Amino acid sequence: MPQPLNYLKETASQTAGPYVHIGLIPAMAGFDIFEKNFSNVLVTPNTKGDRIVLEGKVLDGSGSPLRDVLLEIWQANAAGCYNHPADRSAGARDQDFRGWGRGGSDFESGLVTFETIKPGAIVDGAGRKCAPHVNVWIVARGINIGLNTRLYFSDEEAANTADPVLTLVEPPVRRKTLIATRSERAGKTVYSFTINLQGPDETVFFDV
Amino acid sequence: MNVQAPALQDPRLNRPEPFTPRDGGFFQRDRTIHPPAYAPGYKSSVLRSPRQSLLSIENSVSEITGPVFGHNDLGPLDNDLIRNYAKDGDPVGERIVVHGRVLDETGRGVPNTLVEFWQANAGGRYRHKKDTYLAPIDPNFGGCGRALTDDTGYYYFRTVKPGPYPWRNFVNSWRPAHIHFSVFGSGFAQRLITQMYFEGDPLIPICPILTTIPDKDALDRLVAPLDLNAATPFDSLAYRFDIVLRGQRSTYFENRPEGN
Repeated sequence: MPQPLNYLKETASQTAGPYVHIGLIPAMAGFDIFEKNFSNVLVTPNTKGDRIVLEGKVLDGSGSPLRDVLLEIWQANAAGCYNHPADRSAGARDQDFRGWGRGGSDFESGLVTFETIKPGAIVDGAGRKCAPHVNVWIVARGINIGLNTRLYFSDEEAANTADPVLTLVEPPVRRKTLIATRSERAGKTVYSFTINLQGPDETVFFDV
Repeated sequence: MNVQAPALQDPRLNRPEPFTPRDGGFFQRDRTIHPPAYAPGYKSSVLRSPRQSLLSIENSVSEITGPVFGHNDLGPLDNDLIRNYAKDGDPVGERIVVHGRVLDETGRGVPNTLVEFWQANAGGRYRHKKDTYLAPIDPNFGGCGRALTDDTGYYYFRTVKPGPYPWRNFVNSWRPAHIHFSVFGSGFAQRLITQMYFEGDPLIPICPILTTIPDKDALDRLVAPLDLNAATPFDSLAYRFDIVLRGQRSTYFENRPEGN
């Protein structure tokens, strides 16, 4: 017998369930408990960068919006730098931007929104430039293990074409499932997305 | 003829950095121990499960980084579910302490990471506008809390033991008593939500959600044993629940509190 490796095994995932709001965004469950709450607003008045709204829905296999879904986003700052010590890029940190937020879908419409800034392009571990993107993690009743996807930006066509992850997506027609569409509304820049869990336009999900 | 021989040396050997096998990525996730997306015994998964293959991507800086939390994010009662929503007394139920360590697959503790938890009250009712189960709301129980692990990965909180409750799957489906856990780790690719169950609960082997897990050992690791040594005499029983996140090939920040 060779020596044993003795690694531990990751704890198994379980669904977040229909009442995920209680633990993660209790105000949406209908009560006030913590002094400080996490939210879908990632910016403070001092955050550097162009303000944007990310807005979208998650649709099930019947095309109906999930009305009990929770999304988290994780993104670089306007300089393309993540607020974490493992980001060793030259980009400047922004102490007024954690880069993370969570939001629940509206119980009626299923709409999820985030108020954030547009991230800068980042450089991956191999030195390749990556198109600006937002990392998304999705949990809900009926989702047994959190789903990882990304949002890219429709007005970054050149960068998207060269992105080392987007270009891995085959067939190429599926790449559009990862691109949020820019529009202007009441003086705000809005990027709209639809995440399809199933169907002909099923969103690309990643095993990260 | 004086032809120069091609260089035999691999130009990569001229790079100034010393060789290191540790690149900061996480161990590949072993999906055979996790429930599959499509698990028809748990009916809600049928319309909510992707049908295409997941696209496997190497960890980049987008995956090995993740949000950093600190004590400034928490309040002093956040890990005390017996007191953090109490209005005119303590909540009803068996008083328990839940404690354990957040580790990664290498066995190292994951320090300063955020652990969040939520649960039903002792009667099996959630304080949630969408929960209509007939068991009453407890006016003194909110049912959620959070903690940061210490520098060894240890966490603890106090609560009352949640009750089982019926739910719409089959007409007589009951959830075993459980506490939901959300854990971050140091990178966004370690993000995990799971549920902790209680040793000895007869509903465990027949739960349509628990039995989505295909691996018996992985299922058993979600069951917290009674930990009498950690009980507080004449006050609270205790259960021990260790949580393992994906291992990391990294020594970048071993001396920094926010890393690993």
